[in-house]
Amino acid sequence: MTTETTVGRFGRYGGRYVPETLVPALLELEEAYAKASADSSFGEEVARVLKEFVGRPTVLTPARRLTEAWGGAHVWLKREDLAHTGAHKINNTVGQVLLAKRMGKKRIIAETGAGQHGVATATACALFGLPCEVYMGALDVERQSLNVFRMRALGAVVKPVESGSRTLKDAMNEAMRTWVSQVSDTHYVIGSAAGPHPYPTVVRDFQSVIGKELRTQAQAAFGKLPDAIIACVGGGSNAIGVLHPFIGDKDVRLVGVEAAGHGLESGQHGASLTLGTEGVLHGSRSLVLQDEHGQIQEAHSISAGLDYPGVGPELAHLAKTGRMEVRTATDDEALAAFYEVARTEGILPALETSHAFARGRELARDLGKGKYLVINCSGRGDKDVATISARGVPPPVGVKS
Amino acid sequence: MSGEIAQAFAKAKARGEGVLVAYAMAGDPDLARSVDVFAALVEGGADIVEIGVAFSDPIADGPVIQAASERALKAGSTLKRVLEEVVPEVRKRCPQTPLVIMTYVNVIMAMGEERFAKLARERGVSGAILPDLPPEESAGLRATFDAAGVDLIPLCAPTTPKARAEAIARDARGFVYCVSVSGVTGMRAELPADLSQRLDVVRKASPVPVVAGFGISTTEQARTLSAHADGVVVGSALVRAANADGPSAAKALCADIKRGLKR
Repeated sequence: MTTETTVGRFGRYGGRYVPETLVPALLELEEAYAKASADSSFGEEVARVLKEFVGRPTVLTPARRLTEAWGGAHVWLKREDLAHTGAHKINNTVGQVLLAKRMGKKRIIAETGAGQHGVATATACALFGLPCEVYMGALDVERQSLNVFRMRALGAVVKPVESGSRTLKDAMNEAMRTWVSQVSDTHYVIGSAAGPHPYPTVVRDFQSVIGKELRTQAQAAFGKLPDAIIACVGGGSNAIGVLHPFIGDKDVRLVGVEAAGHGLESGQHGASLTLGTEGVLHGSRSLVLQDEHGQIQEAHSISAGLDYPGVGPELAHLAKTGRMEVRTATDDEALAAFYEVARTEGILPALETSHAFARGRELARDLGKGKYLVINCSGRGDKDVATISARGVPPPVGVKS
Repeated sequence: MSGEIAQAFAKAKARGEGVLVAYAMAGDPDLARSVDVFAALVEGGADIVEIGVAFSDPIADGPVIQAASERALKAGSTLKRVLEEVVPEVRKRCPQTPLVIMTYVNVIMAMGEERFAKLARERGVSGAILPDLPPEESAGLRATFDAAGVDLIPLCAPTTPKARAEAIARDARGFVYCVSVSGVTGMRAELPADLSQRLDVVRKASPVPVVAGFGISTTEQARTLSAHADGVVVGSALVRAANADGPSAAKALCADIKRGLKR
């Protein structure tokens, strides 16, 4: 099942809006990817690395105390936080770096927001022996120092980007500029299901391992497909990865949760599906946060991974056609959800992931008892402890003072 | 197709000169003063003027034009204001010089392709260059521009294979913009050795003139290229000169480059 209407297009969205210098490289990538996809040995190698190195399949965990606390559907968690490096991002970087090696590329560049994709890229590069440069907004370098260290420890060069809003969008601009200058021997590993064709397709395919595993695991755990799946949406790689294998299953509700930041009315948010308009950013036509003159606006979210004014074209299509329901969660709601999950399930979710949890309660109640809700637990929250603890820590539970 | 661009090339050729396509950023340092910069480019000898319209995320541009974009946006530059406040003024002061808008496709989409084409043509714009709109994505927009009489000028890159470059050239409007280096806009001390060969290929296939751009900033570079191209584009060097020392510095640099283009 695919929502691709023509090659590289998802309804009105997608395409390849890049400087001519990059077009031949994208055509080369498209061809190499098609060949690799048709070659069973490539798929087997990716699967082997995901099993032996990443630790897949990730488990499907029953969230018994959340189920009880929310008083609705059975809640299960797809535990991408347990994948090596602590998030789903590694699924894609293993695939892309193996593809780059097949293509004979000599070095890897990447952009990163929260640092998870940067760490995952640096990890795959260390594993396969390729040099790696990661572009990261200077603001994100400050607020994600743990991941900056991890990338450096893995041997990658972290390049802080000082232009614009000094976040993910500017890191992506700079990575694209660098790629234009070094395109012949360099592969650009994009981490979101965004960017010019074929990236949205490539990233979605590598991330779809999440949803494919979930199908099998749900059947084994509760004998049917989930009634609803919920995932956070920034650029959208974890969401498209877990949701895509279920697009054809009309009885499965697909729910994406965007960052409402300080609130949708505040103008400081990352809700491109909810409030964005059609535009071209970073090589594809999608929904973007922009003013009436076509200038891209700065996004805001407490989570660096959702702090992006665009969204992958396939998710834009799924949202516009109504196949995916779109909801939002504010910074404060995400923070509250972080502690709720920590204290009821013993899991520190990433701030990105906490947005999905923030809409879990109402969805569980809306579905009702006896139904099954799966939350894609896309990453772990260790990287966010500085941001979260700076706002103070709530008192312990169950201890008499 | 607008005749003004072809005419400008013909006139330069008749004088035994290559064409200088000179770029500056509308709204840098502000809308009114950028008009003085554009006029200075023409006084310095520019045959065609490229009017840059700022975009928040200029992925094809190097640091000089990025900084100019930020200054222009801060000064309130928008496509609408450039068409209303800059283009007519430049038109008035330089009635003979074809004007070409250079911006990113999102800025055009936000105004509406048809609305832009119509308004631009009315105000005296001859063409447009959109560096993030490759041929695969340009059919619809180009048809709209054709209907309005605005040339969508295509780009050819160092990475463009020969057959694709020839196809781009055969189908070109206005002129073909050959990107000299794999990279973003900005001055380069040296241009790639295979550039002249690439220019020859494109020129052979192209029914319209061919110019080289990106990285060009000196009389010498212009002289070398004028044997293989019908002209050169100079951007970052002029933007830097105008920003550092005002319109007269940009004018002087235009005159220097123009000297290199005399055959």
